[in-house]
Amino acid sequence: MITLEDLTEIAAKEQETRSAADHHVHVCVAASCLSLKSDLVKESLEKEVKQNGLAGKVAVKGVGCMGLCMAGPLVTVGDGVLYQNVTPEDGIDIVKGLAEGARPISRLEGDSKAPFFTKQVKVVLENCGKIDPERVEDYIAADGYRALLETLENKTPVDVCHEIQKSGLRGRGGGGYPTGLKWSTVLKSTGARKYVICNADEGDPGAFMDRSLLESDPHRVIEGMAIGAYAVGASHGYLYVRAEYPLAVKRLKAAIKQAERLGLLGTNIHGTPFSFTVDVRLGAGAFVCGEETALIASIEGGRGTPRPRPPYPAEEGLWGYPTLINNVETFANIAPILRNGGAWFASLGTAKSKGTKVFALAGRVRNTGLIEVPMGMPLREIIEDIGGGVPDGRTFKAVQTGGPSGGCIPAPLLDMPVDYESLAQAGSMMGSGGMIVMDDSSCMPDVAKFFMEFCRTESCGKCTPCRVGTVHMHQILQKICSGRATEADLALLLDLCDVVKNTSLCGLGQTSPNPVLSTLRYFKDEYTRHVIDKKCGASVCKIRKDEEVHG
Amino acid sequence: MPPEAPKAAPAPKDNRWKLVEAAMRRHGYKSHALIETLHTAQEAYGFLEEPVLRAVAQGLRVPLSKVYGVATFYNFFSLKPQGEHTCVVCTGTACYIKGAGDIMEAIEKKFGIEGGETTPDGKISLLTARCFGSCGLAPAAVFDSEVAGKLTVETTLSRLEKWST
Repeated sequence: MITLEDLTEIAAKEQETRSAADHHVHVCVAASCLSLKSDLVKESLEKEVKQNGLAGKVAVKGVGCMGLCMAGPLVTVGDGVLYQNVTPEDGIDIVKGLAEGARPISRLEGDSKAPFFTKQVKVVLENCGKIDPERVEDYIAADGYRALLETLENKTPVDVCHEIQKSGLRGRGGGGYPTGLKWSTVLKSTGARKYVICNADEGDPGAFMDRSLLESDPHRVIEGMAIGAYAVGASHGYLYVRAEYPLAVKRLKAAIKQAERLGLLGTNIHGTPFSFTVDVRLGAGAFVCGEETALIASIEGGRGTPRPRPPYPAEEGLWGYPTLINNVETFANIAPILRNGGAWFASLGTAKSKGTKVFALAGRVRNTGLIEVPMGMPLREIIEDIGGGVPDGRTFKAVQTGGPSGGCIPAPLLDMPVDYESLAQAGSMMGSGGMIVMDDSSCMPDVAKFFMEFCRTESCGKCTPCRVGTVHMHQILQKICSGRATEADLALLLDLCDVVKNTSLCGLGQTSPNPVLSTLRYFKDEYTRHVIDKKCGASVCKIRKDEEVHG
Repeated sequence: MPPEAPKAAPAPKDNRWKLVEAAMRRHGYKSHALIETLHTAQEAYGFLEEPVLRAVAQGLRVPLSKVYGVATFYNFFSLKPQGEHTCVVCTGTACYIKGAGDIMEAIEKKFGIEGGETTPDGKISLLTARCFGSCGLAPAAVFDSEVAGKLTVETTLSRLEKWST
């Protein structure tokens, strides 16, 4: 049986080994930096430390994502020094610098005091870039699993649901449903068994928050799931992860084994009647499986097609039993809420959107990577201060949030706060957190076409409006982008948007018109230019002269 | 016995089939292990050929139609053999905004294959993916399970040319 004292002991031992070293060198080993060969950087650093007889003095550790993916491989030394674009050869200089009394290597140094770092508030990502994702001891030393054991010791399931309700946490998968309310519903549902599912089927193109989190701090998600299971009365859970994320899968599986070994997962955890086991299930590349009922169908081994709700999974989910299903980031918020209290969490963010949100910043922006900001931060601050603005002297055109279900927000709205309500009002949505910046080299009807093509291929085919509607909308957008559309086509497109939005079975279909509607709302002139003048302002669309006559 | 004898059924002693068999056993031959089993089968055989699908259907006692339905529903499963090398170009939003379309077009033009096809000499398969989360390094592609980011048309083509010689 594992106790809180055991955790304290493990943490103290970790601390001891840590303080024995004079210098701590952290190398990012999340997927992004790894693809830039950060594993070789780490090897080179370790070799140099050994050769210079610094073993024990300089500790080299592989850590999770540090956020600034575009400047990888990233290495930090101590608290203040950040090295960018490090090559294995640079390892020699870095270690040499340390041997000569902590001399920083100026040619590699990045500005760790830049707004990219200082404007962020880290709750979910607090351990990313600090702990070794492959060692449970390191997580425990960062107060890991303390929330789980304390909860089992002092709180009833009802207490836990109340605490989560008090925090105001809302689902981070995009919908924004109050998490505490969902937990209470599952708790109240009756069933011979209950399940907990973590939705890590991050299908939105342009979003990589869940991947980074699972690669950087897998235990945090497992702890959140275990607390959720205790709160709703479940004893088994599934982590549904995309097969496209092999590293995340590998680290999760390793983390589950470690937690089982320590008795943090398994039967009678912490000597209580509570038992919980977790299995990893691989997705197989179907965007629709992010929808909860489709995801459940996929775990059951079938085609991932959604079914009408109600009944909601909270009442009838996996194999017909009450099921709690939350997104990775939602579960990652649980441990800190229980450690620091719901009131603490509620003090972050805005009146209706509490806490922080992790975003994957990508596209035409200087600093691409993973960021976490308090809810309510104006878009402008995220893009211009943290993101560093649009590079190459181009001008900002729009930012796309919410993936294929979201919309494009234009420059005049940049001062709006980022929260669930404001984004919905602007015709977009929070979504899972992908944020893609576009400049004047992007053509908005073309972007709408891109998303519609995505929805068309990803439509599961179960309901007619989505299966047929997305094909037709895509055809019209193709006509627009090739300069063959008429004003009647535009009107038909709007009609179709309306039908598909209101009559589709699941979220995929219901939100598929959003990219079209939002670009039509803010960039109507670009559509008119394609339709009337047969011209593409950004020179993206290939409009052939001879086709004009066929209009 | 299945209704019709599978053509060239996987040999029970075949090491690849042993892996698939182990995956089914691990899940107690339950029908919900279908996707997990197909993952293992694809990893072992490289793609899902018909005899394997039939044998999986038999092993898990699910109709072949369901196995086929699942195998064709998910993009990750391939029913065709892949070339010696595979290049998966990410066509997610960030990569698209940063020019993945131009890269695809250049490959198509240069090698005469479209997404999902293999060159006639069987050297290169070109695939597309819906984002593998390397958006920070867009545009990105996977060359034989090695992720490469910040690609240009030139760097991509030169990598592929090395494979085709």
